[in-house]
Amino acid sequence: MDETRSVKIQVRGLSKVFGKQPKKALELRDQGLKRPEILEKTGQTLGLSNISFDVYEGELLVIMGLSGSGKSTLIRCLNRLIDTTEGDIIIDGENIPTLGEKALLECRRRHFSMVFQNFALFPHRTVQQNAEFGLEIRGIDKVERRDIAHTALKQVGLEGWEDAYPNQLSGGMQQRVGLARALANDASVLLMDEAFSALDPLIRKDMQQELLQLQSKMQKTTVFITHDLDEALNIGDRIVLLKDGEIVQIGTPEEILTQPADDYVRRFIEGVDRSRVLTAESAMRPVRTTARSSDGPRTALHRMRDHSIDSIYVTDRDRHLLGLLEAETASRAIEAKAETITDYLTQDFRKVPPEEPLQNLFAMFSEKSFPIAVVDKQQRLLGVVVKGAVLDELARAGEQ
Amino acid sequence: MDIPRIPLGNWIEGGLNWLTSEYSLVTRGISRFTQTGINSLNDSLMWLPEWALLAIIALLCWKIASIRLAIGAAAGLALIWNLGLWNPMIETLTLVVIATFVAVVIALPVGIAAALSERLYRLIMPALDFMQTMPAFVYLIPAIPFFGIGSVSAIFATVIFSMPPAIRFTTLGIRQVPVELIEAADAYGATRGQKLVKVQLPLSLPTIMAGINQTIMLALSMVVIAAMIGADGLGSEVWRAIQRLRPGDGFEAGIAVVILAMLLDRLTQSLRKSRQ
Ligand SMILES: Nc1ncnc2c1ncn2[C@@H]1O[C@H](COP(=O)(O)OP(=O)(O)O)[C@@H](O)[C@H]1O
Ligand SMILES: [Mg+2]
Repeated sequence: MDETRSVKIQVRGLSKVFGKQPKKALELRDQGLKRPEILEKTGQTLGLSNISFDVYEGELLVIMGLSGSGKSTLIRCLNRLIDTTEGDIIIDGENIPTLGEKALLECRRRHFSMVFQNFALFPHRTVQQNAEFGLEIRGIDKVERRDIAHTALKQVGLEGWEDAYPNQLSGGMQQRVGLARALANDASVLLMDEAFSALDPLIRKDMQQELLQLQSKMQKTTVFITHDLDEALNIGDRIVLLKDGEIVQIGTPEEILTQPADDYVRRFIEGVDRSRVLTAESAMRPVRTTARSSDGPRTALHRMRDHSIDSIYVTDRDRHLLGLLEAETASRAIEAKAETITDYLTQDFRKVPPEEPLQNLFAMFSEKSFPIAVVDKQQRLLGVVVKGAVLDELARAGEQ
Repeated sequence: MDIPRIPLGNWIEGGLNWLTSEYSLVTRGISRFTQTGINSLNDSLMWLPEWALLAIIALLCWKIASIRLAIGAAAGLALIWNLGLWNPMIETLTLVVIATFVAVVIALPVGIAAALSERLYRLIMPALDFMQTMPAFVYLIPAIPFFGIGSVSAIFATVIFSMPPAIRFTTLGIRQVPVELIEAADAYGATRGQKLVKVQLPLSLPTIMAGINQTIMLALSMVVIAAMIGADGLGSEVWRAIQRLRPGDGFEAGIAVVILAMLLDRLTQSLRKSRQ
């Protein structure tokens, strides 16, 4: 991973025992016993054991694991909704487990916003008042917090719902309020505990997409918990894999898929080795819209706007791929009063045949990450592959 | 072998005597203060012409509840006026209002404290059971040495008798607030006070109002019984009817109590619903 990025949160040797004699449980742990044996011997649950990892500034870190693996415990240790048993959690030079009561409140206000699985909205407060909660707690004055909350609600697409109460909203909308409450607070870290798990699959996909968009705009340091591999691969910059309260692997989605640390991870992503037989065709999607070489720049730009994309593939009448037009370039063409877009195309994109192995595609997503074009032997555009689709396809293969 | 009888009664009496003599200054102070409160509330309610107060109450019912309750209230109060029971009704209302006010002022902090501290909870709940199951009349007896015959004693006994539901429901309401919401408040760095004011109390308000409603009903019943120790009001009308064996008068006063009870009950209930 990128070693030059600054570290926002440093977690070192963190353990959590649920029970009255944590020392005893940790002793057994040090003798090499695992969670089930410790539970049997002492009646105490080793929730987390010797967890160490970093959260980088601006990244979206996913913590993934099966139910009961300790994800909720871990995220609650970060803002100390749960007291830790041993270990350090350092954020901006402060060690959270050792903070006094006052300093802890201050630390939570400054550093942490949280989004909950079951939304945890205040039923007696309107959408607006819910979004204002964090600011109100911090004593921000009325006018200012109304504006900030309003902006946050706009960001999550809830403009016009300010005066509704949570029980008047659908699940997806309620979680948008939860997200707005967190965004309005403008703390330095966003904690999301299975924030989308209670939503139905379609809405869940939408929310993931929106979170990614927000993330690319705001670069907020985010710790996101999920039990769902698909979700983790889709949104995570890096993934921490938990099992029975221990870390089994930390890595980018690609690393986890291509170099699983042990059998557990391998089973988790089982079948994914089939990525070697999976091809670009399997992850390919039909092109939603293309432009013709004879089109004017305005038409092309209009199509991009309609489909919320910022580049468009250009073909001739027989769908032969001619090049790619970026929105920026199209604008310049309009300024230059160009009749057609032919002179403004770029060839700076990737194209692959349908039988290209999927794993080769990882490396191709450049900084600008245009979709990869899939073309047949005659250079006819068959479809495109976007980054998420590669991972989705691998994940789906893993589930089968 | 004879087991000697435990002189429980003697001990309690001794304790009460000691309390009355030791704290006579305090009790006399409380007595004078309360009596002034009763008198001024009575005076101001009676200073208003009957029709004016009737209109105010009906309007209040309309605003808070419904036009139906407003009409019912107006009709009921008009009947009381017509029966010549207006002033006793005011006296009873005054006692209920003051007793409820004192009971709630004590009950809220106690109920909140019991909700937040497990220790206090285990201490207070049995005490409440005791207060509620003890026959109501028994409270009247120690009230007299403390505050003498009359309305102050009535209020003292009424407060003790009617307070438990307000405490109990306050505790219950706060404990019923879902843990996720407490967690959410904590996560955003709320202090204990902020949690209480912004989350726990607003969410338990309907439950607390249900407790206050019960407190009012208990207060009304006790205030009527307190006629036995010289409290003014509808109760003393009933008491007089009993002594003179005039069932008609007794029922008239009884019906006035029922009207007052229904009015207070519906009014506080709709107050609760409108808050939800
Ligand atoms: N308050 C608690 N008391 C005792 N055990 C707990 C408590 N909270 C969680 N646990 C245990 O710790 C383990 C991890 O739980 P959790 O962090 O909720 O898992 P996840 O969120 O990954 O499903 C589970 O075995 C759970 O039973
Ligand atoms: Mg969980």
